[in-house]
Amino acid sequence: MKITLDADKCCAAGQCVLIAPEVFDQRDEDGVVVLLDAEPPAEQHDAVREAAAICPAAVIEVHA
Amino acid sequence: MTLSTAPAPLPVEPPSGCPFDPPAALGALRTEQPISKISLPDGSWAWLATRYADIRAILGDTRFSSDTTVHGYPLSGMTGGANTDNRGFIRRDPPEHTRLRRMVTREFMVKRVEALRPEIQRITDELCDAMERRAGQDVDLVEELALPVPSLVISLLLGVPYDDHAIFQRLTGTLLSRTVPDDERETARLELRDYLDRLVTAKEADPGDDILGRLIVEQQRTGEITHDEVAAFAALLLIAGHETTANMIGLSALTLMRDEESAERLRQEPALIRGAVEELLRFHSIIRNGPRRVATADIEIDGHLVRAGEGVVVAVASANRDESVFADADRLDVCRPNAQHHVAFGYGIHQCLGQALARVELQVVIGTLLRRFPTLRPAVPLEKIPFRTDMSIYGCHALPVTW
Ligand code: HEM
Repeated sequence: MKITLDADKCCAAGQCVLIAPEVFDQRDEDGVVVLLDAEPPAEQHDAVREAAAICPAAVIEVHA
Repeated sequence: MTLSTAPAPLPVEPPSGCPFDPPAALGALRTEQPISKISLPDGSWAWLATRYADIRAILGDTRFSSDTTVHGYPLSGMTGGANTDNRGFIRRDPPEHTRLRRMVTREFMVKRVEALRPEIQRITDELCDAMERRAGQDVDLVEELALPVPSLVISLLLGVPYDDHAIFQRLTGTLLSRTVPDDERETARLELRDYLDRLVTAKEADPGDDILGRLIVEQQRTGEITHDEVAAFAALLLIAGHETTANMIGLSALTLMRDEESAERLRQEPALIRGAVEELLRFHSIIRNGPRRVATADIEIDGHLVRAGEGVVVAVASANRDESVFADADRLDVCRPNAQHHVAFGYGIHQCLGQALARVELQVVIGTLLRRFPTLRPAVPLEKIPFRTDMSIYGCHALPVTW
Protein backbone atom coordinates (compact mmCIF):
# COMPACT_ATOMS: atom_id res chain seq x y z
CA MET A 1 0.00 0.00 0.00
CA LYS A 2 1.19 3.48 -0.88
CA ILE A 3 -0.50 6.66 0.38
CA THR A 4 -0.44 10.08 -1.25
CA LEU A 5 -1.97 13.27 0.09
CA ASP A 6 -3.41 16.37 -1.50
CA ALA A 7 -2.70 18.42 1.64
CA ASP A 8 -3.73 21.75 0.07
CA LYS A 9 -7.33 20.54 0.31
CA CYS A 10 -7.00 19.50 3.98
CA CYS A 11 -9.52 21.15 6.34
CA ALA A 12 -7.83 19.80 9.48
CA ALA A 13 -10.86 17.94 10.76
CA GLY A 14 -8.42 15.47 12.31
CA GLN A 15 -10.44 12.32 11.67
CA CYS A 16 -7.48 10.49 10.07
CA VAL A 17 -5.42 11.07 13.22
CA LEU A 18 -8.15 9.57 15.36
CA ILE A 19 -8.44 6.51 13.12
CA ALA A 20 -4.78 5.85 12.18
CA PRO A 21 -2.51 7.80 14.56
CA GLU A 22 0.55 5.83 13.48
CA VAL A 23 0.13 6.90 9.88
CA PHE A 24 -1.26 10.44 10.09
CA ASP A 25 -0.45 13.48 12.20
CA GLN A 26 -1.31 17.19 12.10
CA ARG A 27 1.32 19.88 11.70
CA ASP A 28 1.66 22.31 14.57
CA GLU A 29 1.13 25.57 12.65
CA ASP A 30 -2.32 24.86 11.26
CA GLY A 31 -3.42 21.27 11.88
CA VAL A 32 -2.95 20.26 8.25
CA VAL A 33 -2.33 16.54 7.72
CA VAL A 34 1.21 15.13 7.69
CA LEU A 35 2.07 11.62 6.58
CA LEU A 36 4.12 9.69 9.13
CA ASP A 37 4.35 6.54 7.04
CA ALA A 38 3.65 6.56 3.30
CA GLU A 39 3.92 2.77 3.03
CA PRO A 40 2.42 1.48 6.25
CA PRO A 41 2.58 -2.19 7.28
CA ALA A 42 -0.33 -4.54 6.60
CA GLU A 43 -1.86 -4.22 10.08
CA GLN A 44 -2.52 -0.52 9.35
CA HIS A 45 -4.22 -1.01 6.00
CA ASP A 46 -7.81 -1.27 7.25
CA ALA A 47 -7.42 1.84 9.38
CA VAL A 48 -5.89 3.76 6.46
CA ARG A 49 -8.73 2.79 4.14
CA GLU A 50 -11.21 3.83 6.81
CA ALA A 51 -9.45 7.20 7.21
CA ALA A 52 -9.53 7.73 3.44
CA ALA A 53 -13.25 6.89 3.31
CA ILE A 54 -14.11 9.26 6.13
CA CYS A 55 -11.84 12.21 5.22
CA PRO A 56 -14.27 15.10 4.62
CA ALA A 57 -12.09 16.78 2.02
CA ALA A 58 -11.04 13.64 0.12
CA VAL A 59 -7.37 14.38 0.73
CA ILE A 60 -6.10 10.82 1.22
CA GLU A 61 -5.44 8.63 -1.78
CA VAL A 62 -4.64 4.96 -1.27
CA HIS A 63 -2.84 3.07 -4.05
CA ALA A 64 -2.92 -0.72 -3.97
CA MET B 1 -41.07 29.28 -9.94
CA THR B 2 -44.55 27.84 -9.49
CA LEU B 3 -45.19 24.29 -8.45
CA SER B 4 -48.23 22.16 -9.23
CA THR B 5 -48.53 21.25 -5.55
CA ALA B 6 -46.98 23.50 -2.93
CA PRO B 7 -44.22 21.64 -1.10
CA ALA B 8 -44.51 21.00 2.64
CA PRO B 9 -42.22 22.73 5.13
CA LEU B 10 -39.15 21.03 6.58
CA PRO B 11 -40.42 18.32 8.97
CA VAL B 12 -39.25 18.96 12.54
CA GLU B 13 -41.48 16.97 14.89
CA PRO B 14 -40.20 13.54 15.95
CA PRO B 15 -42.72 10.68 15.69
CA SER B 16 -45.09 10.77 18.66
CA GLY B 17 -43.70 8.79 21.60
CA CYS B 18 -40.26 8.45 19.92
CA PRO B 19 -38.38 11.62 20.82
CA PHE B 20 -35.08 10.07 19.75
CA ASP B 21 -36.08 9.49 16.15
CA PRO B 22 -35.90 12.08 13.38
CA PRO B 23 -39.23 13.21 11.89
CA ALA B 24 -40.96 10.23 10.24
CA ALA B 25 -41.54 12.24 7.06
CA LEU B 26 -37.77 12.38 6.50
CA GLY B 27 -37.56 8.57 6.49
CA ALA B 28 -40.41 8.37 3.99
CA LEU B 29 -38.77 10.93 1.72
CA ARG B 30 -35.44 9.09 1.91
CA THR B 31 -36.93 5.94 0.44
CA GLU B 32 -39.50 7.47 -1.90
CA GLN B 33 -38.20 10.86 -2.95
CA PRO B 34 -34.65 11.38 -1.73
CA ILE B 35 -34.34 14.74 -3.49
CA SER B 36 -37.52 16.73 -2.86
CA LYS B 37 -38.67 20.28 -2.33
CA ILE B 38 -39.67 22.08 0.85
CA SER B 39 -41.30 25.43 1.37
CA LEU B 40 -39.58 27.99 3.56
CA PRO B 41 -41.40 30.35 5.98
CA ASP B 42 -41.24 33.33 3.56
CA GLY B 43 -43.01 31.36 0.82
CA SER B 44 -39.88 30.51 -1.18
CA TRP B 45 -38.71 26.92 -1.63
CA ALA B 46 -35.49 24.90 -1.45
CA TRP B 47 -34.34 21.42 -2.35
CA LEU B 48 -34.22 18.91 0.51
CA ALA B 49 -31.71 16.03 0.42
CA THR B 50 -32.32 13.07 2.73
CA ARG B 51 -29.99 10.29 1.54
CA TYR B 52 -26.44 9.70 2.85
CA ALA B 53 -24.77 9.48 -0.58
CA ASP B 54 -26.50 12.60 -1.93
CA ILE B 55 -25.73 14.58 1.20
CA ARG B 56 -22.03 13.68 1.02
CA ALA B 57 -22.05 14.61 -2.67
CA ILE B 58 -23.61 18.02 -1.95
CA LEU B 59 -21.53 18.94 1.10
CA GLY B 60 -18.38 17.65 -0.61
CA ASP B 61 -18.88 19.84 -3.69
CA THR B 62 -17.78 23.46 -3.25
CA ARG B 63 -19.98 24.54 -6.16
CA PHE B 64 -22.65 24.35 -3.45
CA SER B 65 -21.84 27.60 -1.70
CA SER B 66 -22.05 28.40 2.04
CA ASP B 67 -22.00 32.13 1.31
CA THR B 68 -25.20 33.66 2.64
CA THR B 69 -24.74 36.70 0.37
CA VAL B 70 -24.93 34.63 -2.84
CA HIS B 71 -28.22 35.19 -4.60
CA GLY B 72 -30.68 32.41 -3.83
CA TYR B 73 -29.15 31.26 -0.53
CA PRO B 74 -32.03 29.77 1.50
CA LEU B 75 -31.95 32.23 4.40
CA SER B 76 -35.60 32.03 5.34
CA GLY B 77 -36.15 30.00 8.50
CA MET B 78 -32.48 29.95 9.31
CA THR B 79 -31.43 30.75 12.83
CA GLY B 80 -28.12 31.49 14.53
CA GLY B 81 -25.73 33.66 12.59
CA ALA B 82 -27.88 33.95 9.49
CA ASN B 83 -27.00 37.62 9.23
CA THR B 84 -24.96 38.51 6.22
CA ASP B 85 -22.89 41.44 7.48
CA ASN B 86 -19.63 40.47 9.16
CA ARG B 87 -20.38 36.75 9.08
CA GLY B 88 -17.98 34.07 10.27
CA PHE B 89 -16.15 31.64 7.98
CA ILE B 90 -18.94 29.07 8.34
CA ARG B 91 -20.84 31.30 5.88
CA ARG B 92 -17.98 31.82 3.41
CA ASP B 93 -16.39 29.96 0.50
CA PRO B 94 -12.77 29.32 -0.48
CA PRO B 95 -10.38 31.02 -0.73
CA GLU B 96 -11.63 33.25 2.14
CA HIS B 97 -13.01 30.27 4.05
CA THR B 98 -9.70 28.41 3.83
CA ARG B 99 -7.68 31.46 4.88
CA LEU B 100 -9.83 32.21 7.92
CA ARG B 101 -10.41 28.62 9.02
CA ARG B 102 -6.68 27.94 8.97
CA MET B 103 -6.13 30.77 11.45
CA VAL B 104 -7.82 28.62 14.10
CA THR B 105 -7.46 24.98 12.98
CA ARG B 106 -4.38 24.40 15.14
CA GLU B 107 -6.38 25.44 18.23
CA PHE B 108 -8.75 22.51 17.71
CA MET B 109 -6.42 19.84 16.37
CA VAL B 110 -6.44 16.42 17.96
CA LYS B 111 -3.26 16.72 20.04
CA ARG B 112 -4.17 20.17 21.37
CA VAL B 113 -7.56 18.88 22.45
CA GLU B 114 -6.09 15.69 23.96
CA ALA B 115 -3.85 17.90 26.06
CA LEU B 116 -7.00 19.57 27.42
CA ARG B 117 -8.53 16.28 28.54
CA PRO B 118 -7.30 16.55 32.19
CA GLU B 119 -8.73 20.08 32.41
CA ILE B 120 -12.05 18.95 30.95
CA GLN B 121 -12.06 16.07 33.47
CA ARG B 122 -11.38 18.50 36.32
CA ILE B 123 -14.23 20.79 35.25
CA THR B 124 -16.56 17.80 34.95
CA ASP B 125 -15.52 16.41 38.35
CA GLU B 126 -16.17 19.71 40.09
CA LEU B 127 -19.64 19.96 38.61
CA CYS B 128 -20.30 16.33 39.59
CA ASP B 129 -19.12 17.07 43.15
CA ALA B 130 -21.70 19.85 43.32
CA MET B 131 -24.36 17.46 42.02
CA GLU B 132 -23.41 14.83 44.62
CA ARG B 133 -23.96 17.31 47.40
CA ARG B 134 -27.59 17.48 46.27
CA ALA B 135 -28.23 13.73 46.47
CA GLY B 136 -31.88 12.94 47.16
CA GLN B 137 -33.16 16.04 45.33
CA ASP B 138 -34.14 16.30 41.69
CA VAL B 139 -31.37 17.94 39.72
CA ASP B 140 -31.65 19.40 36.21
CA LEU B 141 -28.78 17.72 34.38
CA VAL B 142 -28.88 20.32 31.59
CA GLU B 143 -28.44 23.21 34.00
CA GLU B 144 -25.94 21.51 36.31
CA LEU B 145 -23.71 19.65 33.88
CA ALA B 146 -24.60 19.52 30.17
CA LEU B 147 -24.50 23.30 29.62
CA PRO B 148 -21.72 24.33 32.02
CA VAL B 149 -19.09 21.87 30.74
CA PRO B 150 -18.91 23.10 27.12
CA SER B 151 -19.62 26.64 28.24
CA LEU B 152 -16.72 26.67 30.75
CA VAL B 153 -14.41 24.99 28.25
CA ILE B 154 -15.08 27.32 25.32
CA SER B 155 -14.94 30.40 27.59
CA LEU B 156 -11.55 29.25 28.85
CA LEU B 157 -10.22 28.57 25.33
CA LEU B 158 -11.45 31.85 23.90
CA GLY B 159 -10.53 33.90 26.94
CA VAL B 160 -14.11 35.03 27.65
CA PRO B 161 -14.93 35.69 31.33
CA TYR B 162 -17.10 32.79 32.46
CA ASP B 163 -19.06 35.20 34.62
CA ASP B 164 -20.60 36.42 31.38
CA HIS B 165 -21.95 32.98 30.45
CA ALA B 166 -25.50 33.89 31.46
CA ILE B 167 -25.46 36.68 28.86
CA PHE B 168 -24.41 34.57 25.92
CA GLN B 169 -26.47 31.57 26.99
CA ARG B 170 -29.56 33.75 26.90
CA LEU B 171 -28.55 35.34 23.59
CA THR B 172 -27.62 32.10 21.82
CA GLY B 173 -30.86 30.57 23.12
CA THR B 174 -32.81 33.33 21.36
CA LEU B 175 -30.63 33.20 18.26
CA LEU B 176 -31.10 29.46 17.77
CA SER B 177 -34.83 29.41 18.42
CA ARG B 178 -37.10 28.69 15.49
CA THR B 179 -40.13 30.13 17.26
CA VAL B 180 -39.03 33.58 18.46
CA PRO B 181 -40.16 36.40 16.16
CA ASP B 182 -37.53 37.73 13.73
CA ASP B 183 -37.32 41.14 15.41
CA GLU B 184 -36.54 39.53 18.75
CA ARG B 185 -33.81 37.45 17.14
CA GLU B 186 -32.43 40.58 15.49
CA THR B 187 -32.33 42.36 18.88
CA ALA B 188 -30.43 39.41 20.38
CA ARG B 189 -27.99 39.47 17.46
CA LEU B 190 -27.26 43.15 17.96
CA GLU B 191 -26.89 42.66 21.70
CA LEU B 192 -24.39 39.84 21.13
CA ARG B 193 -22.54 41.99 18.59
CA ASP B 194 -22.21 44.84 21.10
CA TYR B 195 -21.08 42.48 23.83
CA LEU B 196 -18.41 40.92 21.60
CA ASP B 197 -17.35 44.32 20.32
CA ARG B 198 -16.63 45.42 23.90
CA LEU B 199 -14.92 42.13 24.67
CA VAL B 200 -12.59 42.36 21.67
CA THR B 201 -11.81 46.00 22.49
CA ALA B 202 -10.83 44.99 26.03
CA LYS B 203 -8.67 42.16 24.70
CA GLU B 204 -6.96 44.43 22.20
CA ALA B 205 -5.62 46.41 25.15
CA ASP B 206 -4.65 43.28 27.05
CA PRO B 207 -4.58 40.15 24.85
CA GLY B 208 -4.35 37.00 26.96
CA ASP B 209 -2.81 33.63 26.16
CA ASP B 210 -5.99 32.31 24.55
CA ILE B 211 -7.58 31.97 21.11
CA LEU B 212 -8.88 35.54 20.87
CA GLY B 213 -5.62 36.93 22.27
CA ARG B 214 -3.59 35.00 19.69
CA LEU B 215 -5.90 36.14 16.87
CA ILE B 216 -5.39 39.74 17.96
CA VAL B 217 -1.60 39.48 18.27
CA GLU B 218 -0.86 37.28 15.26
CA GLN B 219 -3.58 38.19 12.77
CA GLN B 220 -5.16 41.51 13.66
CA ARG B 221 -1.95 43.39 14.54
CA THR B 222 -0.31 42.14 11.36
CA GLY B 223 -3.21 43.42 9.29
CA GLU B 224 -4.57 40.01 8.24
CA ILE B 225 -7.96 40.60 9.87
CA THR B 226 -9.92 43.49 11.35
CA HIS B 227 -11.42 44.10 14.77
CA ASP B 228 -14.83 43.12 13.40
CA GLU B 229 -13.42 39.88 12.02
CA VAL B 230 -12.01 38.96 15.44
CA ALA B 231 -15.51 39.57 16.83
CA ALA B 232 -16.96 37.34 14.08
CA PHE B 233 -14.58 34.53 15.11
CA ALA B 234 -15.69 34.98 18.73
CA ALA B 235 -19.38 34.87 17.79
CA LEU B 236 -18.97 31.75 15.66
CA LEU B 237 -16.88 29.83 18.18
CA LEU B 238 -19.09 30.81 21.12
CA ILE B 239 -22.34 29.87 19.44
CA ALA B 240 -21.04 26.73 17.72
CA GLY B 241 -19.07 25.50 20.71
CA HIS B 242 -21.76 25.90 23.26
CA GLU B 243 -25.24 24.57 22.68
CA THR B 244 -24.17 21.77 20.36
CA THR B 245 -22.14 19.73 22.84
CA ALA B 246 -24.55 20.65 25.64
CA ASN B 247 -27.47 19.09 23.80
CA MET B 248 -25.48 16.02 22.86
CA ILE B 249 -24.60 15.51 26.54
CA GLY B 250 -28.24 15.75 27.62
CA LEU B 251 -29.57 13.41 24.94
CA SER B 252 -26.72 10.93 25.40
CA ALA B 253 -27.23 10.78 29.16
CA LEU B 254 -30.95 10.28 28.69
CA THR B 255 -30.62 7.46 26.15
CA LEU B 256 -28.02 5.66 28.29
CA MET B 257 -30.23 5.99 31.39
CA ARG B 258 -32.95 4.24 29.40
CA ASP B 259 -30.64 1.54 28.00
CA GLU B 260 -29.21 -0.24 31.05
CA GLU B 261 -27.57 -2.96 28.94
CA SER B 262 -25.45 -0.49 26.92
CA ALA B 263 -24.71 1.56 30.04
CA GLU B 264 -23.47 -1.50 31.92
CA ARG B 265 -21.34 -2.56 28.97
CA LEU B 266 -19.64 0.85 28.89
CA ARG B 267 -19.13 0.79 32.67
CA GLN B 268 -17.43 -2.60 32.37
CA GLU B 269 -15.36 -1.61 29.34
CA PRO B 270 -14.65 2.13 29.34
CA ALA B 271 -12.50 1.69 26.21
CA LEU B 272 -15.79 1.32 24.31
CA ILE B 273 -16.84 4.88 25.19
CA ARG B 274 -14.99 6.40 22.22
CA GLY B 275 -16.98 4.33 19.74
CA ALA B 276 -20.16 4.83 21.75
CA VAL B 277 -19.78 8.60 21.38
CA GLU B 278 -19.62 8.22 17.57
CA GLU B 279 -22.79 6.14 17.68
CA LEU B 280 -24.54 8.67 19.92
CA LEU B 281 -23.53 11.45 17.50
CA ARG B 282 -24.97 9.42 14.62
CA PHE B 283 -28.11 8.42 16.45
CA HIS B 284 -29.02 11.88 17.76
CA SER B 285 -27.78 14.07 14.89
CA ILE B 286 -28.75 17.22 16.73
CA ILE B 287 -28.40 19.68 13.82
CA ARG B 288 -31.97 19.79 12.51
CA ASN B 289 -32.25 22.88 10.33
CA GLY B 290 -29.50 22.33 7.75
CA PRO B 291 -26.68 22.63 6.88
CA ARG B 292 -27.76 24.76 3.91
CA ARG B 293 -26.14 25.66 0.60
CA VAL B 294 -26.89 27.51 -2.63
CA ALA B 295 -25.90 26.06 -6.02
CA THR B 296 -23.50 28.25 -8.01
CA ALA B 297 -23.77 26.12 -11.16
CA ASP B 298 -26.34 23.76 -12.66
CA ILE B 299 -25.57 20.48 -10.92
CA GLU B 300 -27.30 17.15 -11.27
CA ILE B 301 -27.93 15.30 -8.01
CA ASP B 302 -29.51 11.88 -8.18
CA GLY B 303 -31.28 12.65 -11.45
CA HIS B 304 -32.51 16.10 -10.42
CA LEU B 305 -31.10 19.24 -11.97
CA VAL B 306 -30.34 21.78 -9.28
CA ARG B 307 -29.93 25.11 -11.03
CA ALA B 308 -27.53 27.88 -10.14
CA GLY B 309 -29.19 30.15 -7.57
CA GLU B 310 -31.38 27.42 -6.06
CA GLY B 311 -31.12 26.65 -2.35
CA VAL B 312 -30.45 23.25 -0.79
CA VAL B 313 -31.17 22.04 2.74
CA VAL B 314 -29.50 18.78 3.75
CA ALA B 315 -30.98 16.63 6.51
CA VAL B 316 -27.98 15.09 8.25
CA ALA B 317 -30.30 13.42 10.77
CA SER B 318 -31.84 11.50 7.88
CA ALA B 319 -28.49 10.59 6.28
CA ASN B 320 -27.42 9.11 9.60
CA ARG B 321 -30.42 6.76 9.58
CA ASP B 322 -29.82 5.64 5.99
CA GLU B 323 -30.11 1.85 5.98
CA SER B 324 -27.86 1.52 2.95
CA VAL B 325 -24.96 2.68 5.14
CA PHE B 326 -26.00 1.85 8.71
CA ALA B 327 -27.59 -1.57 9.23
CA ASP B 328 -30.60 -1.47 11.55
CA ALA B 329 -30.11 2.29 11.55
CA ASP B 330 -32.87 3.14 14.03
CA ARG B 331 -31.20 1.07 16.73
CA LEU B 332 -28.61 2.56 19.10
CA ASP B 333 -25.69 0.11 18.95
CA VAL B 334 -22.80 1.41 21.03
CA CYS B 335 -20.47 -1.10 19.30
CA ARG B 336 -21.53 -0.28 15.72
CA PRO B 337 -18.39 -0.81 13.62
CA ASN B 338 -18.92 2.02 11.11
CA ALA B 339 -20.50 4.60 13.43
CA GLN B 340 -17.76 7.14 12.64
CA HIS B 341 -19.03 7.32 9.05
CA HIS B 342 -21.82 9.55 10.37
CA VAL B 343 -22.30 13.06 9.03
CA ALA B 344 -23.42 14.60 12.34
CA PHE B 345 -20.46 17.01 12.02
CA GLY B 346 -21.26 17.65 8.38
CA TYR B 347 -19.01 16.71 5.48
CA GLY B 348 -16.70 18.57 3.10
CA ILE B 349 -14.48 21.53 3.90
CA HIS B 350 -16.92 22.99 6.43
CA GLN B 351 -16.96 19.82 8.51
CA CYS B 352 -17.06 20.80 12.16
CA LEU B 353 -13.92 22.56 13.32
CA GLY B 354 -14.65 21.72 16.96
CA GLN B 355 -15.25 18.00 16.46
CA ALA B 356 -12.17 16.80 18.35
CA LEU B 357 -13.17 19.01 21.27
CA ALA B 358 -16.80 17.88 21.18
CA ARG B 359 -15.66 14.23 21.16
CA VAL B 360 -13.41 14.62 24.19
CA GLU B 361 -16.07 16.58 26.12
CA LEU B 362 -18.61 13.85 25.40
CA GLN B 363 -16.21 11.02 26.24
CA VAL B 364 -15.25 12.63 29.56
CA VAL B 365 -18.77 13.57 30.64
CA ILE B 366 -20.39 10.29 29.67
CA GLY B 367 -17.59 8.23 31.23
CA THR B 368 -17.77 10.26 34.44
CA LEU B 369 -21.56 10.05 34.72
CA LEU B 370 -21.53 6.27 34.21
CA ARG B 371 -18.81 5.83 36.82
CA ARG B 372 -19.93 8.27 39.48
CA PHE B 373 -23.72 8.03 39.14
CA PRO B 374 -24.44 4.38 38.26
CA THR B 375 -28.06 4.65 39.44
CA LEU B 376 -28.80 7.92 37.61
CA ARG B 377 -32.35 8.00 36.20
CA PRO B 378 -34.86 10.53 34.89
CA ALA B 379 -36.95 12.03 37.71
CA VAL B 380 -39.99 12.43 35.45
CA PRO B 381 -41.62 10.22 32.79
CA LEU B 382 -40.42 10.65 29.21
CA GLU B 383 -43.58 12.57 28.20
CA LYS B 384 -42.74 15.23 30.79
CA ILE B 385 -39.29 15.97 29.37
CA PRO B 386 -39.37 19.15 27.25
CA PHE B 387 -37.70 18.30 23.93
CA ARG B 388 -36.34 21.08 21.75
CA THR B 389 -38.57 20.73 18.70
CA ASP B 390 -38.61 24.54 18.56
CA MET B 391 -34.84 24.84 18.11
CA SER B 392 -32.36 24.40 15.27
CA ILE B 393 -30.32 22.21 17.60
CA TYR B 394 -32.28 19.29 19.01
CA GLY B 395 -32.01 18.16 22.61
CA CYS B 396 -33.85 18.66 25.91
CA HIS B 397 -34.58 22.08 27.38
CA ALA B 398 -34.34 20.48 30.82
CA LEU B 399 -33.61 16.97 32.11
CA PRO B 400 -34.62 16.38 35.74
CA VAL B 401 -32.67 13.42 37.16
CA THR B 402 -32.29 11.61 40.46
CA TRP B 403 -30.09 8.77 41.74
C1 HEM C 1 -21.65 17.60 19.28
C2 HEM C 1 -21.31 18.80 19.01
C3 HEM C 1 -21.28 19.44 17.65
C4 HEM C 1 -21.98 19.16 16.51
C5 HEM C 1 -23.03 18.08 16.30
C6 HEM C 1 -21.52 20.09 15.49
C7 HEM C 1 -21.97 20.09 14.18
C8 HEM C 1 -21.47 20.89 13.18
C9 HEM C 1 -21.85 20.83 11.77
C10 HEM C 1 -22.90 19.91 11.19
C11 HEM C 1 -21.10 21.74 11.09
C12 HEM C 1 -21.12 22.00 9.58
C13 HEM C 1 -21.90 23.21 9.17
C14 HEM C 1 -21.95 23.38 7.65
O1 HEM C 1 -21.52 22.51 6.89
O2 HEM C 1 -22.47 24.41 7.19
C15 HEM C 1 -20.26 22.40 12.06
C16 HEM C 1 -19.39 23.42 11.77
C17 HEM C 1 -18.66 24.10 12.72
N1 HEM C 1 -18.55 23.79 14.07
FE1 HEM C 1 -19.47 22.29 15.04
N2 HEM C 1 -20.58 20.91 16.03
C18 HEM C 1 -20.40 20.54 17.35
C19 HEM C 1 -19.52 21.11 18.25
C20 HEM C 1 -18.69 22.16 17.99
C21 HEM C 1 -17.76 22.72 18.93
C22 HEM C 1 -17.51 22.23 20.36
C23 HEM C 1 -17.14 23.76 18.32
C24 HEM C 1 -16.08 24.58 18.96
C25 HEM C 1 -15.70 25.70 18.74
C26 HEM C 1 -17.68 23.84 16.95
C27 HEM C 1 -17.32 24.76 15.99
C28 HEM C 1 -17.71 24.71 14.65
C29 HEM C 1 -17.26 25.66 13.65
C30 HEM C 1 -16.32 26.83 13.86
C31 HEM C 1 -17.85 25.28 12.43
C32 HEM C 1 -17.68 25.95 11.07
C33 HEM C 1 -16.66 25.20 10.26
C34 HEM C 1 -16.49 25.72 8.84
O3 HEM C 1 -17.41 26.33 8.29
O4 HEM C 1 -15.42 25.50 8.28
N3 HEM C 1 -18.62 22.85 16.80
N4 HEM C 1 -20.48 21.86 13.32
